[in-house]
Amino acid sequence: MDIAIIVGLDVVSGIASLVLISAGLAVIFGMMKIINLAHGEFLMLGAYATVLSVSAGVNIWFAMLVIAPVFVGLVGVVVERCLIRFLYGRLVDSMLATWGLSLVIVGGTTMIFGNTIVGVSSPLGGFQVGAYQSSLYTPFLALMALLLMLIVYGVMRYTRAGLIARAVMQNPGMAATLGVNPARVYMATFGIGAAMSGLAGGLLAPIAGVVPTMGAAFIAKAFITVVGGGTSILWGLISASGLFGFINQIAAFLTTPVFGEVILFIAAVILIRMLPTGISGRFFKGRL
Amino acid sequence: MHLLNGMTGALIGSAIAAVAILTAPLYVDLFQIMQLTVFAAMAVLALSLGFIWGYGGILCFGQTSFFGLGAYAYAVAAINFGDSTPAIALAILIPVIFAALLGYFMIYGGISDVYLGVITLTVSLILFNLVNSTAGDFYKIGDARLGGFNGMPGVPTFNLPGNPGYILSPEQAWMVTGIALIAVYLGLRVLIASSFGRIIIAIRENETRAALLGYDPRIYKLITFMIGGAIAGFAGALYVNWGAFVSPTIFALGLSAQSIIWVIIGGRGTLIGPVVGCLLLQWLVTEIGAQQAMDSNFVLGAILIVFVLLVPKGIAPTLRDLALARLARDKPMPADTPTTAKVKT
Amino acid sequence: MSVPLLQTSGLTIRFGGVTAVDQVDFTLKEAELRCLIGPNGAGKSTFFKLLTGQLRPSEGHVHLRGQDISGARPHEIARQGVGIKTQVPNVFNAMTVQENLWIAARHKHTPAFATELTDKILSELRLTPIATREVGQLAHGQRQWVEIGTVLAGEPELILLDEPAAGMTHEEVERTADLIREISRTRALIVVEHDMQFIKMIAKTVTVLHQGAVLIEDDVARVLEDARVRDVYLGKGLAA
Repeated sequence: MDIAIIVGLDVVSGIASLVLISAGLAVIFGMMKIINLAHGEFLMLGAYATVLSVSAGVNIWFAMLVIAPVFVGLVGVVVERCLIRFLYGRLVDSMLATWGLSLVIVGGTTMIFGNTIVGVSSPLGGFQVGAYQSSLYTPFLALMALLLMLIVYGVMRYTRAGLIARAVMQNPGMAATLGVNPARVYMATFGIGAAMSGLAGGLLAPIAGVVPTMGAAFIAKAFITVVGGGTSILWGLISASGLFGFINQIAAFLTTPVFGEVILFIAAVILIRMLPTGISGRFFKGRL
Repeated sequence: MHLLNGMTGALIGSAIAAVAILTAPLYVDLFQIMQLTVFAAMAVLALSLGFIWGYGGILCFGQTSFFGLGAYAYAVAAINFGDSTPAIALAILIPVIFAALLGYFMIYGGISDVYLGVITLTVSLILFNLVNSTAGDFYKIGDARLGGFNGMPGVPTFNLPGNPGYILSPEQAWMVTGIALIAVYLGLRVLIASSFGRIIIAIRENETRAALLGYDPRIYKLITFMIGGAIAGFAGALYVNWGAFVSPTIFALGLSAQSIIWVIIGGRGTLIGPVVGCLLLQWLVTEIGAQQAMDSNFVLGAILIVFVLLVPKGIAPTLRDLALARLARDKPMPADTPTTAKVKT
Repeated sequence: MSVPLLQTSGLTIRFGGVTAVDQVDFTLKEAELRCLIGPNGAGKSTFFKLLTGQLRPSEGHVHLRGQDISGARPHEIARQGVGIKTQVPNVFNAMTVQENLWIAARHKHTPAFATELTDKILSELRLTPIATREVGQLAHGQRQWVEIGTVLAGEPELILLDEPAAGMTHEEVERTADLIREISRTRALIVVEHDMQFIKMIAKTVTVLHQGAVLIEDDVARVLEDARVRDVYLGKGLAA
């Protein structure tokens, strides 16, 4: 019974983790149809922002939940103005240019901070489940993932900004004739997507080794979650994270963590082959 | 269509290059010869990607899957057989079979463009994770222990065909690698000029029209993909021959990214472009690695961004267009069919 | 009665809630020339795509010389002898005119014969002066001619022409009409056009499509005088 709870917690943690690391990429892909391969580096910058703030004496919650997203959000806006806006409609070129950007950010961070691993300790303790130890951070991450989804849903559905965003998503030309400036919407969207990635990086700082190359571990998973989920931001993200997170953790439990990753990737390959437009391209068409 | 049409330039250039390669040990020191050897092996990898992407229109983000499979196949076979000739054959055969299976799965499943790139990238990560976790005595094929993240050291290098006792010297290995590069280049040039080559270019240009003319695009793309896999596998064998070592990092994102960058910088749509891009960038990375001021990722990334935005065609085609533009300025325009018509009332 | 070259029965395709082609029964004899007209959105190009395999029918069948080709792949149908010049030109932009035709001819022939056939068609279509020009650089009318050339080089028995006169000068339109009359002596043709002058130049039997279904199929003179045909072109809906 205890094992079941632990595995259950692992599955929840895996899904929540995928949701958090993919949300920013999903927003950008869903809204602008570009694939930002520098996404892992946005995560990394958020993690670094958190670590540096904490070592400068800032409260860890403030560092994770405010400084990280705001900093990376601003970086996102700058990146959008200087690079992304030349690449709209050019899917392959956007992938290549953002891959270049990711190398630039990794290289730049390495030059400034070097290659040593830094980190912060978890602000929450642990708890017992029978004979097993678990970290309180796990349910905390799940809570944050849930909150993030609710906020995205709330904004998209109930606010004017969300309405404008959805309009631009569906038909930018039409939205433009109605007085909306798509360029500004794209800039804001990319900034918000980046901020979400920064937030995820900040939240992951206590449990991941923070190093300039940490983004690589996340980009692959985030990438296949977003492509597997499809262009529907919320439902694509939830369905793909749910499916992949579940498969990953169960496989990891039954074999080893490494094989868990392999099975996850194989599942992703099969899914993309069967549903090239993603889960939400087939099942949740037109939904948010 | 005479196959050797338009190839005079390539043949002359290849002859000059061959002479340079064979005489290099006379005036280049051993260290640099070894540098050039690995550059040349990588250039064969670049050619494989340049061929399937530039001519076949297949964007493969994980060409290193075949490179790595070829490398590991060579390593395992060389250790088991003690003879490099069958090992090289396997280094080509295993990736081809894998390319056939993966290619069939994707191409006959209607996957193309970006999604093919995603799947191939994911496949290279799968291979990385799998091979990386093969440390320990349990994981071995015949006498060859896969070694996991430690890799496989002490792999036998090339020997003279039919004479396993005669191991090639580094200078001879250089000559073999350099000549192999030229041979692959010329072979691809001939292939591109052949009917098969023309057809795959047509399919890349307009798949719909090619199908409407009776060509099944799937089989042509699959064969192209397999040829790319074979060449990349061969490059893998050349690479292991150079270092007598192979490790799972051969499957990691880093090399995949570099291979894409070589082709973009050098020029997609030409064969010499990827070779130039590869040699240039490898040299650049080596030079940057030797100093402390700039990080090589930073420089590579910046170059990639600049090229995607400003020089999308890459070096070779841009130079060629500039050269043609200068020549055209001195020639009169060719006569055209008259298109103005008198309107009849 | 011999088997007709082309026969569709109840051919239908739906996209979501829209029925683009609606229960079309269409018969074409060997070496027959048919014109297919109808207002925009009538389903003419969609009908062509169903014949070439670019789209799969939702219902109904397409028979080529008695053989059911419904849902077959485009390259399979092309090999049965069907060629199409599409509404938006489908040509190989980065290749020369000569290479475009050569690729088409090469499918059935050796390289040497393909070169011969290409030269022959190039001179018939008077494309020889631009044979070495890159197709992507040509004007729209010229690109149409190149595409027609590639269709002819495939030596099909059924040729579908989707708006062959579009974007052409008056002189080119006349040449196109001559060419069509020439081809129809030995091969079957279905021509979709909006230009009624052009239709009058070449047509014998005309089929009119409206909202995916056959409205009327008759001799060209009677069709062009029919009030219903005028109405659908002017956008007046028909009483159900």
